[in-house]
Amino acid sequence: MHGRPRKQPSLNEDNASIEKAAKLRSLQSLVLHNHQNKIYDKEALEVSSKLLELNPEFYTAWNYRKLAVESALLSEENSDTIRAILNEELKVVENALRRNFKSYGAWEHRKWVLKKEYSSVDQELQLLDQFQKADSRNFHAWNYRRFVAKLKNLPAKEELKYTTNMIESNFSNYSAWHSRSVILSHLLKEKPQGFNSKHDVLKEEYDLVHQALFTDPDDQSGWFYHLWLLAQTAAPDAPSLISLWPPHGSDLVVSSNGALPLILYFDQVVEGVNSSTITVAHTFCEGEGLIWKPLSVNYSGKAQAWMTYLKFPEPGNNSSEVYTVVVGLGQVKGIISSSGSSLSSPLRFTFTMRVQSTPSEHSEGIVTMKMLSWKDEDFCRNEEVLQYFNPCILPSELLNISEDCQQTTLKSKLEIFTHEIELFRDLLIEMNCKIGMLTLARLLLAHDALMLHSTASVSQKANSEKILELFTDLMKLDPTHSRFYKDKLSIVLMEQVVSNRKSLEGHCWYYGTSTFSLTQNSICLRLNNLSLSRIGSFEHLLWVQMIDLRENELRSIEGLEVLQRLTCLNLSHNKLSSFTALSPLTLLSSLKVLDISYNEIGAHSIDTTRYLCSSPLSHSAGDDCNLGEYAIDDVDMAKYWEAVLVFRGLQLMQLDVVGNAVSDDDEFSFLLVKILPKLKWLDGNAVY
Amino acid sequence: MMGELEVEKHVQFILSVEKKKDDFESVAMEHIRINGAYWGLTTLALLGKLGVVDQDEVVSWIMKCQDESGGFGGNIGHDPHILYTLSAVQVLALYDKLDVLDIDKVSSYVSGLQNEDGSFSGDIWGEVDTRFSYIAICCLSILGRLEKLNVQKAVDYIVSCKNMDGGFGCTPGGESHSGQIFCCVAALAITGSLHHIDKDLLGWWLCERQVKSGGLNGRPEKLPDVCYSWWVLSSLIIIDRVHWIDKEKLASFILNCQDKENGGISDRPEDAVDVFHTFFGVAGLSLLEYPGVKAIDPAYALPVDVVDRIFIGRR
Repeated sequence: MHGRPRKQPSLNEDNASIEKAAKLRSLQSLVLHNHQNKIYDKEALEVSSKLLELNPEFYTAWNYRKLAVESALLSEENSDTIRAILNEELKVVENALRRNFKSYGAWEHRKWVLKKEYSSVDQELQLLDQFQKADSRNFHAWNYRRFVAKLKNLPAKEELKYTTNMIESNFSNYSAWHSRSVILSHLLKEKPQGFNSKHDVLKEEYDLVHQALFTDPDDQSGWFYHLWLLAQTAAPDAPSLISLWPPHGSDLVVSSNGALPLILYFDQVVEGVNSSTITVAHTFCEGEGLIWKPLSVNYSGKAQAWMTYLKFPEPGNNSSEVYTVVVGLGQVKGIISSSGSSLSSPLRFTFTMRVQSTPSEHSEGIVTMKMLSWKDEDFCRNEEVLQYFNPCILPSELLNISEDCQQTTLKSKLEIFTHEIELFRDLLIEMNCKIGMLTLARLLLAHDALMLHSTASVSQKANSEKILELFTDLMKLDPTHSRFYKDKLSIVLMEQVVSNRKSLEGHCWYYGTSTFSLTQNSICLRLNNLSLSRIGSFEHLLWVQMIDLRENELRSIEGLEVLQRLTCLNLSHNKLSSFTALSPLTLLSSLKVLDISYNEIGAHSIDTTRYLCSSPLSHSAGDDCNLGEYAIDDVDMAKYWEAVLVFRGLQLMQLDVVGNAVSDDDEFSFLLVKILPKLKWLDGNAVY
Repeated sequence: MMGELEVEKHVQFILSVEKKKDDFESVAMEHIRINGAYWGLTTLALLGKLGVVDQDEVVSWIMKCQDESGGFGGNIGHDPHILYTLSAVQVLALYDKLDVLDIDKVSSYVSGLQNEDGSFSGDIWGEVDTRFSYIAICCLSILGRLEKLNVQKAVDYIVSCKNMDGGFGCTPGGESHSGQIFCCVAALAITGSLHHIDKDLLGWWLCERQVKSGGLNGRPEKLPDVCYSWWVLSSLIIIDRVHWIDKEKLASFILNCQDKENGGISDRPEDAVDVFHTFFGVAGLSLLEYPGVKAIDPAYALPVDVVDRIFIGRR
């Protein structure tokens, strides 16, 4: 029941209702009876049309009529008679729609009749005009219109014109804007003759939507369309590599037990990264077929970051031997984005490494690991150490963007953004409009991203202060959605911190206790207490082995799975509310030390990341979700299956979970020790 | 002002709807009685009151709605349709009574409705809609027979209904609508395919459904309605963006839609109540972690303990 006032029916109304109900009941019973007995005479059909006029939702009656029509058409060859039979159906539908024009059954019956190809399109379009005038947002009518247009092959340009008319008569018609985006997407893809270039089309569309936005900035309809235009404008044409580890030109000293991760980070999700699209030439282990793995928690086989392991040789007598590794991408086409375009241009990078034999007391299993403390006094500034760390962002000389057509596209994109930015700056001078402010922030972000990834000048983050200011203002202006803005702000803030070397260095600390040797360089990236609700900019952080994110407001660590070198992670004092929120950790095979103490794990009845990880509830996982092997007597697995899914397979040596609702259970500690066989320290206590 | 949830009144209201059979509304809804049973009984389960209804009576009535094709009709003697088949399966799951079904027969009925392009028809007459994709996927997943479908094609079809705003429509090109978005998002969740969703884009569109009163609407520039407390909220939860709305304001909007005298919840304050909105109101409060209401699973639309019993217990 929608939109009907709540009131007690008076006695009279009640009687009238009972009388009406009795009539309806007898019609319904009669139709069911006729349906069951296959009675299709005129009188019986009359009963069903009466019923459908009264209650168009009675779906079995529509089925009954279809059977009746089919039975009548079976012996009929005269096309006039056939047309008459079908027209009768159209009439019944029309009457039903006048009762309830949201009736799925009625619209569907009409489609069924139309598919028989005896009806005139004009009549349908006229009827649609009536209905769409009466309710211009009726999605049944819009769907039906698309159905007719497709069935009768109506020209796309005519349908586009129709949306223009609807929009011009009412800018607030979201349905029309939507329909326009559908038709235009199709035209932009098909590029029929006489259709303008993408750039010109977008410019015209911006002009149209500006009229709507400037007429009533508080109406949402046009803004969503504007956002779509922005995405169309910003969309990169071809994927490109933006970051990698080991960095180009670096000299590494590696220890002999283990393998070296090779990580590639693209500007968008790609597929087809494998040993034929990536060549790795080195002076050892010839002929080795490398296996590339997508770094993502889903099973799509696509990812923005990919990694493989390079096995390096045993150190010979001559441990000072330097090996050179050359990695080449894009010589063979095959790395493609989800829109189907290939890596923009081939590139190669190199690094060298020396293998150092590991002192025996450091090999795993022998060393008695000391507990890692995250206390402030264990960290110090050490400028000397910092010189060893290399940014992983691809140096600009490797970016091959000199081709003319790319430069032209870039120029025209920047031209659009600059114009839009000016326009909305002016609008905001005149009024406080939240979506206008958000749009300006998005435009500035898009502008900066384009500058960063396409020009040689890396430090072109001219707008980030303005963007932060806009999001901060939005949090106050629109408190209902403050945490949306907060998440956006966090991403920008994090980028500001880590994307420039100077600021990044300010957050890099030397972990002081010399006995601790889990990381190579002992640099800890300390991003604690920044009030971050989300993290990002991982393309700048592929080198990180130790990161301290405590005392933020993190609810999610999405994306952290690309930090393949991570061995120590502190997430304590955040807002993580379930184990499933930790699923990126399942890809971090080097992780040894984890602190998730003082979060909200186990404190919520609703798990918002339940479906973002692979689990028995979603069917991508297949057989690797066997929880049975972790079953322990007296431990309720149904209660802890999320923890098992995240922790099994991890090689953790130190774990802190205290201060979460879940950690109050003794049987939980018992379970942790069982599923983490290498664990030495749990909540500060030695594990035996 | 925000009041308490009138648990006892709502239980009485649901029971009264079941008994009331003579007024026009009840007769006009007769063809979807099995949906009504699902709404009413799931509400009772969330309120911890499932015991007030005779289980055997419900189960035997449900089984009388089954057609020889394996599908269920909305009531005894009505044609089978995928819409009512899911409700039947959900109610049986609620009672842990899936074993009364001939599971192969029911799942063959459902899988038989998949079309060449991966979409699903609602019944033999061929209406196609992403609602039916969700129903088929949800139903067969509960029955442990998802392998009977071409899941890849089913997912591809849903993805082909994705729109500029990140949402989904009934068929390719159809406008985004919160109810439809729930169906597509939940179907992608169950099939482990959420990577097809731009979570930030869709999340923003969904969180902008919250209007000044705190209620949620189903599309831009429309009125709020309690039923979207389910459709929008469950979608936001599945993609982990529910913190982008003001939960307290939404909870008070739902509570303000209660009929505090006679029980039941309506679409908007002071409107007439019905069992559909009562379910979506209570389910919404469950997703908002309202005290005293059991947790509901955002994809299967069944209490979490029921879903865990089926999926964790099965392994």
